[in-house]
Amino acid sequence: MIEAIKEIARNRELLYMITWREIRIRYKQSVMGLLWAILMPLIITGAGIMVRIVAAKVSGNPITSADIGGIGIKALPWAFFVSALRFGTTSLTGNSNLVTKIKFPRLLFPLSSVLTSLFDMAIAFPVLVLLLPLSGVRFAATMVWIPALLVTLVMFTAGLSILFAAANLFFRDIKYIVEVILTFAIFFTPVLYDASLAGKWRWVLMLNPVAVVLDGLQATIVRMRPPDVAWLAYSAVAATLLLCGGVVFFRRLEPRFAESI
Amino acid sequence: MSEYALRMQNVYKRFRRGEKHDSLRDLVPSLVKRAVRGDRERALAPEEFWVLNDISFDLRRGETLGIVGHNGAGKSTMLKHLSGIMEPTRGSIEVNGRLSALIEVGAGFHPDLTGRENVFLNGVILGMTRQEIKRKFDEIVAFAELEDFIDTPVKRYSSGMFARLGFSVAAHLEPDILVIDEVLSVGDFAFQRKGLDKMRAVAKGGATVIFVSHNLQAVAEFCERGILLERGRVIEDGPTDQVVRRYLDTAAVHSDRQVAGPARITRTTISTADGQTGRFIAGQPARISVSVEALSRAEKVAVVLDVFNTDFYEVFNTSSERLGQEPVSLDPGQRAECTFDVELNLGPGTYYLGVYLYRYDIQREYDHIFPATSFVVTSDRDTRGAANLFPVLSRYAVIAPPELARRVAN
Repeated sequence: MIEAIKEIARNRELLYMITWREIRIRYKQSVMGLLWAILMPLIITGAGIMVRIVAAKVSGNPITSADIGGIGIKALPWAFFVSALRFGTTSLTGNSNLVTKIKFPRLLFPLSSVLTSLFDMAIAFPVLVLLLPLSGVRFAATMVWIPALLVTLVMFTAGLSILFAAANLFFRDIKYIVEVILTFAIFFTPVLYDASLAGKWRWVLMLNPVAVVLDGLQATIVRMRPPDVAWLAYSAVAATLLLCGGVVFFRRLEPRFAESI
Repeated sequence: MSEYALRMQNVYKRFRRGEKHDSLRDLVPSLVKRAVRGDRERALAPEEFWVLNDISFDLRRGETLGIVGHNGAGKSTMLKHLSGIMEPTRGSIEVNGRLSALIEVGAGFHPDLTGRENVFLNGVILGMTRQEIKRKFDEIVAFAELEDFIDTPVKRYSSGMFARLGFSVAAHLEPDILVIDEVLSVGDFAFQRKGLDKMRAVAKGGATVIFVSHNLQAVAEFCERGILLERGRVIEDGPTDQVVRRYLDTAAVHSDRQVAGPARITRTTISTADGQTGRFIAGQPARISVSVEALSRAEKVAVVLDVFNTDFYEVFNTSSERLGQEPVSLDPGQRAECTFDVELNLGPGTYYLGVYLYRYDIQREYDHIFPATSFVVTSDRDTRGAANLFPVLSRYAVIAPPELARRVAN
């Protein structure tokens, strides 16, 4: 693991260039340009509002602007998670000519997918900051938790991307599996709804570190409450283990990449 | 520091031919099989072969090494091991110093990015720092002769421009060990010369160079030492001239070759009308026939002929395509025969005939045999050189004016 970090530090320029290439291509090719980064969270938020309206009709509790703010806050990291994982899974197979022709740490590929998606999130972030006050969000001291939550999310995402990137190189059907999981994961993760809706089954949802992060973000920003620290600690440990495990697994398989791709 | 730049000791690499399971669906049955059989230091399974078979050699600092061998002999695999892209099944590889491998020009180039952007991207991928690239940027662009197009997306480049830019970036690396695979065969003739000169300058600067090419002339000119690979073994290691000669003398085994492409050459003959082969008289008509077999669907196959003399100069090159014949597409198992009628207007000497199967529109080489066959040309006149102009000496007499002739006589 330490070896891996050193290797990445040595090749940070390369990581920067590969990420820069991804960003450059994504924004150069698409007609929508920067809108690309905003569109996905917007659609998720729209879907969330839709679900809330239906839920409000059924339960009789009226939908509040804070609810909508909460959805917006969760939509952005979720969009990051989905896009990082999607691009990360195919990051090695999509760069097969580099994998077979040039020697450098292959870890840079899934990592650059994560960084690229992080960049998208950063682009959409100001939009969220402008819109949130409309739903009644005010600055609160609890927001100091945000970095810890985001770091956990990024580590977890990176760990999964690394695992799936390596797995997809050997088994090309992994990307379809990931695709299917990502499509339905939104129902198993409290993005469009609140984890508390599950009542006593909340803990099942919270086993998913992404759910903990999203729930935490909503708590700290909208409700001005600290996140569920025990669950956050669990998620941070899970994310760290996953990332380390992913890196070790990845590096063990790395010598076989060129001949197996 | 070690006096060796590179050492390979008893390197083996096992490859599997044919389809691998690359979906989870196929994995489960094979895992079961493997669990029953056990793996690791086992013998070769029927579908496996040694692509590198006990390779050992040392390379001193500053040495220039050429690697020659027929298609499928293991040259590219060897380079991939040297550059660390692949790891051997057994044996050890020691590399002392910064190694740069040019296995493909323009690796990582993205068509939508401009030339400038790609130079930076490719440079960093090849191991330069951005500072270094900035410093050498003008030089790189000037070398590629692309000053006017550097801010154009490379998708608008011609293939020659693309290759020139890719090569130029690579040529400005300053490695201790430089590994070059076939990349000099890009661009037009003038650029190839320029590229070779640049490589020579790198070697003069003290770098160790390993060079793989089908261009035997370039290998012989550029490298002091050569290694001949055949079916994953080193069968000759010594001065380049000797190695190249040995290579040319080991007639290519036509069938039973591993080819990557969907089509292969199965037979090549050159003969006179009365069936004579091997020796020809200058100016004599001869027929070259090439048999082609498709292993899988092969699109637009053209046959290319290449004649070299013993100094490895290309003296003649043509193809079915350039003679106006449409390329043929073959279904699996289908065969084709291509015949060229030629006149051997060659100077006396030994010549080597190379044959390629090539698809022109996407510039893909399906198969390549060099030499496919060799032949000797004799002449009734004593001439030198590759061409035969069939000289007839019609007159040779003193034509000086009489008084000058007298003065000389006195």
